[in-house]
Amino acid sequence: MKRKGRLRKATPYLFILPWIVGFLVFTLGPLLLSLVMSFFNWSIVSKPSFAGFGNYIEMFTKDPQFYKSLAITLKFAAIFVPLNLIIALALAMLITQPVKGVTVFRTIYYIPAVVSGVAISIIWGWILNGDYGILNYFLSLIGIKGPKWLVDPAWALFAIVLASAWGVGTMMLIFYTDIKNIPIDLYEAASLDGASHVGQFFKITIPIITPTILFNVITSLISALQQLTLVLLLTGGGPLKSTYFYGMFVYNNAFKHHKLGYASANAWVMFIVILILTSIVFKSSSAWVFYETEVKEGKKK
Amino acid sequence: MKTSKKYKVIMYVILGAVAVYFLFPLLWMILTAFKTEAEAQGYPPKFLPDKWLISNFVTAWQSQEFTRFLMNSVLVTVMTTIGQILSCSLVAYGFARYNFRFKNILFMILLATMMIPWDVTMIPMYMEFKAFGWINSLKTLIVPSFFGSAYYIFLLRQFLMGIPKDFEEAARIDGANAFEIYSRIFMPMMKPQLILIGILNILTVWNDYLGPLIFLQDRSKYTLALGLASFKGVHETQIIPLMCITIIMIIPPVLVFIAAQKYIVEGKSGAIK
Repeated sequence: MKRKGRLRKATPYLFILPWIVGFLVFTLGPLLLSLVMSFFNWSIVSKPSFAGFGNYIEMFTKDPQFYKSLAITLKFAAIFVPLNLIIALALAMLITQPVKGVTVFRTIYYIPAVVSGVAISIIWGWILNGDYGILNYFLSLIGIKGPKWLVDPAWALFAIVLASAWGVGTMMLIFYTDIKNIPIDLYEAASLDGASHVGQFFKITIPIITPTILFNVITSLISALQQLTLVLLLTGGGPLKSTYFYGMFVYNNAFKHHKLGYASANAWVMFIVILILTSIVFKSSSAWVFYETEVKEGKKK
Repeated sequence: MKTSKKYKVIMYVILGAVAVYFLFPLLWMILTAFKTEAEAQGYPPKFLPDKWLISNFVTAWQSQEFTRFLMNSVLVTVMTTIGQILSCSLVAYGFARYNFRFKNILFMILLATMMIPWDVTMIPMYMEFKAFGWINSLKTLIVPSFFGSAYYIFLLRQFLMGIPKDFEEAARIDGANAFEIYSRIFMPMMKPQLILIGILNILTVWNDYLGPLIFLQDRSKYTLALGLASFKGVHETQIIPLMCITIIMIIPPVLVFIAAQKYIVEGKSGAIK
């Protein structure tokens, strides 16, 4: 009887056991190991030696690439996050319009979001090719001489933004389902009061979806700050390191230069940057996110 | 809402124009793949190939061990999907249907792990897998999936929270044990949600580039994404074979998405709250 009681108490823990083991082995363990490594000179070939804050001091005082990569990444995020958000929201509004066949367009807009970053880099690399790329051909038809997108440091970052924005479908879909759930009578009431379409958008749609905007800002900020696949494959960090993103800086320090300790310190600095930026967004949210919907949602549970 | 004719025309024009941005790159890739190298690199560009060279695909596929890469990708995708469905459903069930000590704090930790950037864990993961002797093995990609993934657990748990308690009570009276209640009653109920996380996992794993890049070195272990990327490295000047393999690689996820759209569109609404 006693044994049975103990088993009953242990049951929930048995269910969540896979995650607990996974958390310890694949998350907490690596996290701590990475923190420890950041205080060592740690290369794959030689024995690790304790370095104290050496890696951090080197990064902040002796490595100009650290600042450059950080600046490029922040610049990318500053362009990409708002741009992606506005495009996603505009598209979501577009595919909620009451016209026939609109779901076909929903499908079309989402398709690039299921395409691998490897494929995206190949497809866009071909379109943006400076010599025989189709984009520059189209531009030449309207009398514009297109730049060598991927070879010109002034345009390479823009090329990455363009290729990344192709996958906007995921965010669009999140906005879409949220907008779809807004009760229609809210709009009807507003239009009786004489509100225009634009007025309805800013006075009803936007306030109701602010929690979703917050969600999208945070997730896209985190992924923008970690962008790596596209820069590795589309520009390789070039030209002249103009797209040498922070993710690439960490990756190369670790796996090209075999400075695992230094790269761990790099990664921790980015982790802290992400934590600071997301907490700023969270803090600011009390000023612009409306929680009525969350109150309703809470009641349902 | 009023829909005048003028409004409709304007809408279709806008919808169509936007569709060009999303579809044209794919269309252009497909058209290019059937051309000859000379045609593809001619200027001004020709839209349609003179002759549709289907043989381009065969040549491209045979130029490297793509069949092996494909098998590796299929193996990893199938195994991780099984792993995620089993582990995430167990864990989500535990969090949603039981009360136990430390439940809330553990769930908070689970949610917090979604915020950890990959940069931080990739290096120690590499060290760990090296210590296990797994580097260069598909195990590095498969095994972690059997221990659950925070986002999928969260999705399933949100669904399970909404089911009334009566189900367990009735089953318990019938003499079912805890595991049977999970496997015989709740697993079937979770089917649409399990399909959703299965699809999301298939798309993620099939497309993953960084994981294979770091953990796999031997060509024979490459996945299709990694094989294609390395193909790009050596074929920078030959665009045709590259386009052919890219097309082959994106067909499965696009088909999966179109077939299972319903689950994704519905699932996204549960994702945020």
